[in-house]
Parts: sequence; structure tokens; C-alpha cells
Amino acid sequence: MDFGPYLFVASLEGAITAAVLALTAVGLSIVFGIMRVVNVAHGEFFMLGAVIAWWITSLIAGHPALGFTVALVAAPIIVGVIAVVCNRLVLHKIDYEPERTIVATIGLLYVIQQTTLMTFGPEARPVEAPFNQRIALPWFEFGESGFALTWPWGLSTTTYKLAVIVAAIVILLILWLVMTRTKIGLIMRATQLDQEMAQAHGIAVGRVYALVFGLGAALAALGAVLVVPIQQAHYLMGGDPLLLSFIVVIIGGLGSVLGTVVAAILIGMSDGIISVFFTPTLAKILATLLVAFVLIFKPDGLFGKRRE
Amino acid sequence: MSQATRSVLLHSFVIALLVVMFFVLPEYHSGNLARILVLAVFAMGYNVLFGYTGLLSLGHALFFASGMYGLGLSIQFMQASPMLAMIIGLITAVVVSCVIGFLALRTTGVAFMIVTLMFAQAGFLTVLFFGKYTRGDEGFVIQRAQRSMFGFDLSQPFPRYFAALVLFSICLFLIAWLVHSRFGKTLVAIRENEQRARMLGYDVQRHKLVAVIISGTMSGAAGAAYALLFGYAGASFAAVQYSILPLLYVLLGGAGTTIGPLIGTVFMFYLIDISSEYTEAYMLIAGLVLILLTLFAPHGIAGLVRKKLVWLP
Amino acid sequence: MSIISTRGLSKHYSGLRAVNDVDFDLPEGQVRALIGPNGAGKTTFVGMLSGRIKSTSGSVSFLDTDVTELPAHKRMSMGMAYTFQITSVFANLSVHENVALAARRAIKGPAPVVNDKVMAVLEQVYLADRTGQIAGDLSYGHQRLLEIGMGLAQSPKLFILDEPTQGLSAAEVDGFIQLVKVLSENTTILLIEHNMDVVMQTAHYITVLNFGETLAEGTPEEIKSNAEVQTAYLGST
Repeated sequence: MDFGPYLFVASLEGAITAAVLALTAVGLSIVFGIMRVVNVAHGEFFMLGAVIAWWITSLIAGHPALGFTVALVAAPIIVGVIAVVCNRLVLHKIDYEPERTIVATIGLLYVIQQTTLMTFGPEARPVEAPFNQRIALPWFEFGESGFALTWPWGLSTTTYKLAVIVAAIVILLILWLVMTRTKIGLIMRATQLDQEMAQAHGIAVGRVYALVFGLGAALAALGAVLVVPIQQAHYLMGGDPLLLSFIVVIIGGLGSVLGTVVAAILIGMSDGIISVFFTPTLAKILATLLVAFVLIFKPDGLFGKRRE
Repeated sequence: MSQATRSVLLHSFVIALLVVMFFVLPEYHSGNLARILVLAVFAMGYNVLFGYTGLLSLGHALFFASGMYGLGLSIQFMQASPMLAMIIGLITAVVVSCVIGFLALRTTGVAFMIVTLMFAQAGFLTVLFFGKYTRGDEGFVIQRAQRSMFGFDLSQPFPRYFAALVLFSICLFLIAWLVHSRFGKTLVAIRENEQRARMLGYDVQRHKLVAVIISGTMSGAAGAAYALLFGYAGASFAAVQYSILPLLYVLLGGAGTTIGPLIGTVFMFYLIDISSEYTEAYMLIAGLVLILLTLFAPHGIAGLVRKKLVWLP
Repeated sequence: MSIISTRGLSKHYSGLRAVNDVDFDLPEGQVRALIGPNGAGKTTFVGMLSGRIKSTSGSVSFLDTDVTELPAHKRMSMGMAYTFQITSVFANLSVHENVALAARRAIKGPAPVVNDKVMAVLEQVYLADRTGQIAGDLSYGHQRLLEIGMGLAQSPKLFILDEPTQGLSAAEVDGFIQLVKVLSENTTILLIEHNMDVVMQTAHYITVLNFGETLAEGTPEEIKSNAEVQTAYLGST
């Protein structure tokens, strides 16, 4: 394949990464934005989403679309409930104190990951996509006969992959509507702006926190369910999404949902494209260093405004 | 009895106890104890920063690995003598901690935790990236012939245990002394109230940087010793898990106490050792202990003892 | 000779002029009170003197050296001491260690010398019988005294006190007035103070800030009879 079409495929793969990443990172971002805590176990909620999706689809016989649809609804809810329980049993008890929360969520990370290892096992397990038609993609060329469209061999994607991108966009739009147009969104934003003031106005901050933590985890799980037919479920799969979400949330400006989405698209797309040029390890080294240096020199994110 | 005398007595007693242990314990456990002593040095290094200065790093595996690979690679590729390799390991750790300290200390609190985590992750990935030399996850073995120092074969239980004990003792007394020094007291002041320490005229940044360097170097010494005494260097020692372990040891044993790190390492080592006989998911224990400690005993075992017995260095 | 002076010193927070173009001179040996209504910029102003707050423009010179660019800790080691408006002691450390931390930075001598200084200071601030107590367990008034003790232990050339009598009982305020009188024999003192009794009894000279600018300067008598000052205060209460 020529370089041009190759890059095209890479950007398409990048768009899928970006879509899933946006969901996962927005989950981390609202937790940080509203609760002011960093959830290191976020990647494990992602992993749980994928593993539970596998479990549900393996229980339901019949057309793969049936099991997948159930998983798409049920897995995020189950993960959300697990997160609410974790919030109640742990984070709430330490009063969301930032540093202790990090230590406690590291603990949660190991508990969730290792419990999955004990029950689900060390194997990677596939989930069948609900639909999966191959689509050949066109490419343009300036030949002797001028501009022409061609269908190079290997330049293709699947309907499912395109559906993932569409689904992520739809989910993010719904989230945006909920946050801006509904009472519950208003309550969340009020809590984000001033926790004490919100409390004074009769908002049950404790419940908002539980809801937000659950929602954050559910978004990660949703991203995972979408990606699991492409990726396979594995108990260690939470590491990369955690790192990437960190990068995205930090670069997008801590707690800014819009910044997070923009950064997710940027990082997701470049992740696909960078991997064309660099080995994955080198790409990850550069990515981790980027996070560190952004935090050191531009703590409000690359797009964030300096707060005084 | 002055505090300084009491401190010397207590620490000498601990070391005497450890000498006796070697002869009393069956070989399996004394072998474990050698490993524990080296890991306790790692934890003591961590404690300088976390327990005494109040800086929570999530990236100490980087310092441990700096020492480990500084020593391991110089033996492997330069045929360095163990002594020279040890020095190279220490220098590597000093350099790495200078750089990390200089950069990471521009941040505080949660940002500091994430920055150190990211640098350590970058370090881990670098070890994998140069897999041609480091042999990545698989790691490499340091041959027995290259592990004798002053005529002692460090692969043998007796010299190995006492080499570990010597290193441990040096670090323990160093820290006991540090805690009573002006410098150590200033670190505690920074931990307790950074603003106030600054407005008393202390150069807080410089103190923190020195604390990172001491902490990083001690952790590096542990890494180098680990490679030398147990003859193996691998990428898993640079992974996140090895940044979490010293935090766990120190939290469990008691942050900001001289012997807390040893207590924590002993308990945690055996907890993991015993649980790994039953399941491959032994890190489950580590996770549970972390959560329980943050919830119920933020001052660790030594913290509880200090509360009941009033005095502990 | 001025021990500390400012020229055109300003601090603007995104449009808000907390302190605007202040020229200030404090002669050596004087007890100066800095007064003004709430929000007049007093704490911001002394924050810039001590280096806690970075100025937007203007300069600060201390002991004839331009210190505008120096960080707080360097200014402190040149001979400034600063007590916080909101009590800021090392709450988990003993009273003795609190003062010792201050003394150790200023005197480089061995432990017994530091100890003598600490005991002398604790004597001065009426805390000599509480050396072993944990600072956080002290009553509020005692914590304020400890704060002052920490300043004293540095043997400062210039001692900046931000509302030292806030929250003290009448008897403690009297003790404080006596303390300032003794201190003023060897130390220049800059005092932010709301309690006019304390100001009138201790200050040699008064600077009044209002809306971030110098409204008036003069002896206590002059300030008392200054009409502008009275309206500023009446307007604010």
C-alpha cells in the first residue's frame, strides 16, 4: 500500500481510539472536575466494562447483536453500581482528601484487577461484534487520465468500527445535553463551582458525589464495551486507557470537559498516526514525558487558561 | 537518658536482633530476611521523602531501577568489579534523583504524585525500549563469579545476609542521625507547615531537593544491592508495582519513624509471600492493605506504638 | 535611615487594585502601625514587603538593598520576621520545637546556644511553663503568643506583625502591649492592627491605607484628629 492510503487507514484507526478515549477520559474528567479527586482505578472500571460485556454475551445465546445490546446497557450500569459501592465504602470515609484518595484508589486498582484475575482468569477473551461488514474505502489518484478514485487493496474498515465512532459522538452529545439542560446537570455544575455553597443551597453533595463517581466509571465501561469486539477482554487491559485518559485530562485542562474531548481527539488521532512512525514503546515514553512536562510547566493544560 | 542515647540504644538493639535472627531462623526465612533488609533500605529511602518531608512520590521504582541497572549493566557490559559497579549504581541514582527532583519539585500535592508516576513510567518503558541491553521483562542474571566483594561470595547465604545487614545498618544510623540534625528537623517543619517554614527564612525548595536526592540515592543503593546480592536485574523492578511497594511498606510500618519501614517491609513481605502460595493474584492483598491502611490506620504500626508508648524516634 | 522602604509599590489582581502606587518609609527603631478599613490592602502590602506576594510593579528595598526580586526566605534571613494574620504554628510539634525552628535558622550555633535562646524567648512571651506541650493543643491566645515568640527567636531587625491581638482577651492584649514596648528598644516593628487602643499605646507613627493607597501618615495625635481618616473609618463601619 502507498503511504497516503496507509495514513488514511491509520487516521481511521486513530478516530476509533479517539472516540473510545473521549468517553473514558470524560469519565475521569468529570470525577476530577466535580469531586476534585484523581481516580487511579479508572482504568479498572474500563476493564470491568469489557470483562462484564464478555460475561453477558457468553450467557446469551442467539444472534451476537442480542447479547451485545444487553451488554451495552447492562455492563455500564453494573460497573457504575460497583463504583458507587467503592465510593461509599472507601472514598466517602476518607472525606475525598486528595492524596489519600490517590493511595486508596491505587488499592482499589489492585483489588479490582486481581479479583478479575482470580475469577475471569488470565486469558484474553473475544466478544463478537453485533455486525461486521467490511467496507472498501476509496482513494484518489492523479494518473495519466487525471483525477480518479481507486479502491486500493487492503484499504478498508468495517461497519462496526464506523458505528463505534458514531456511538461515541451520540453518547457525548447526550452527556452534554444532560449536563447543560437538565436539573441534575445543573446540580452537578453547581457542586463543581462551589461545594460549600451547593451544600448551603440544600444540594446533597454526598449523593452528587456518588452519582458522579458512578457516572464516571460507567462512561469508562461504556467505552470498553464499544471497543471490546475490536480488542478482546483481558484483566490487564486497564493500564493503557488509564495512562491515555490521564494524558488527555491533563492536556485538556484538569476538569474541563470540552478540553478533554478536544484533547482526546488530538491524542487519539495522533496515537494512530504516531504509531506509524514510532514503535509503540517509544510513543508511550514520549506520551508519559508529555504529561509530566505539561503538569510541570503548564499545569492548567495546553488549552486551559491560567487561573489566578 | 537523652533522646540521642535512647535512639542509639534502640537502633543497636534492632541490629543485634537481626544478627541473632540469622543464626536462629531456618535458611528459607533468613534468605527472605536478607531480601527484606534490602527492601527495607528502599522503604527507608522512601520514608525520607514521604515520612519526613511530606512529599508523596509515586515514582520511586525509578530510583530503585537506576541503582539496579547502573550496577547491573556496568557489570554486564563493562566487566566492572562489584565495588566499582556499586559506585556507578549510586552515581546513576544521584544523577536521576537530581534531575527528577529539579523538575518534579516545581509541582506540589497531587500534581507531584502524577509527575513522579509519569517519570517512573517513562523510565520503565525506557528499560523495555533498550531491551537489547536490558533484556526487558525477562531481565538478566549476574553471574556468581562477578558477585564477590572483598573475597566474600555474595551468592552464599551467610555473606549475603551480612552484606544486606551492613547496608541496612548504615542507612538506619544515617537516618537516625538525620532525624536529629538541623536538616532533618527542618524537613519535618516543611512537612508540617511549608508556608511557615518558608516565612522563618528556610529555603524550602533547596531542602526538598536535597531530600529527594537523599531519598533517591538510598532507594538506588537498595536497587544496586538487590541486583548484586540476588544476581538479577529485570524490568519488573522498574514497574509501577515497585513504586507502590515502598509506599505500602512505609504506610504499614509507620511514616516518619526510623524503624517503621523495616516493620512494614517484614509484614508486607510475608503477607505477599504467604498469599502467593494460594493464588497468583497475590497483589490483591497489597490492594486490600492499602485501602485498609488509608481508612483505619494512616499512621501505621509504629504510629500506633508511638501513640501508646509516647516515644519513638 | 529607613530600614525598609517602597516606591510605587502596586498589586493588581485582574483589574482589582489591591495596593496601588504606595511610597512607604519606615525609619529604624520606630514602631509603625498600619491601619485602615477591611480590604484596604494592608495584608497584601506587608505580603509584598515580606515576599509572600509578588508585586505587580514598584520596588521594595530593605537595609538599603533592593529586595523586590528576592524570594521570601532570603528576605527573612536578611533580618525580617513575619507573623501570620491567621495563626500559623507547627501544630503537631512541641512549643519548644516551634521556637527552636525559628531560632536555629537565625543562630548557627550549637544546640545549647539555640536552647538558651528558645528559653529566653519563651520566658518573654509567657510560655516558659509550656515548653513540652504540643502547639496545636495550646489555647488560641497562647498560639498567638507562640507565633510572636517564633518571630522573636529570629532576633529580627524588622518585625512585621499582622493583626497580632486579634482574638486575644483584654489581659492578653495588655501583655502584648508591654511586650511591644520592650521589643521596640532593639527592633523596628511594623504592626497591622485593628485595636485602636493598642495602636495608640504602642505606635510612634501611623500609616493609614484606604482602597490600596496611602490616605494619611502621622503621629497618633495627628491621625486621631484627621478628618479624612475618620470618614474612611465611618464609611466602612
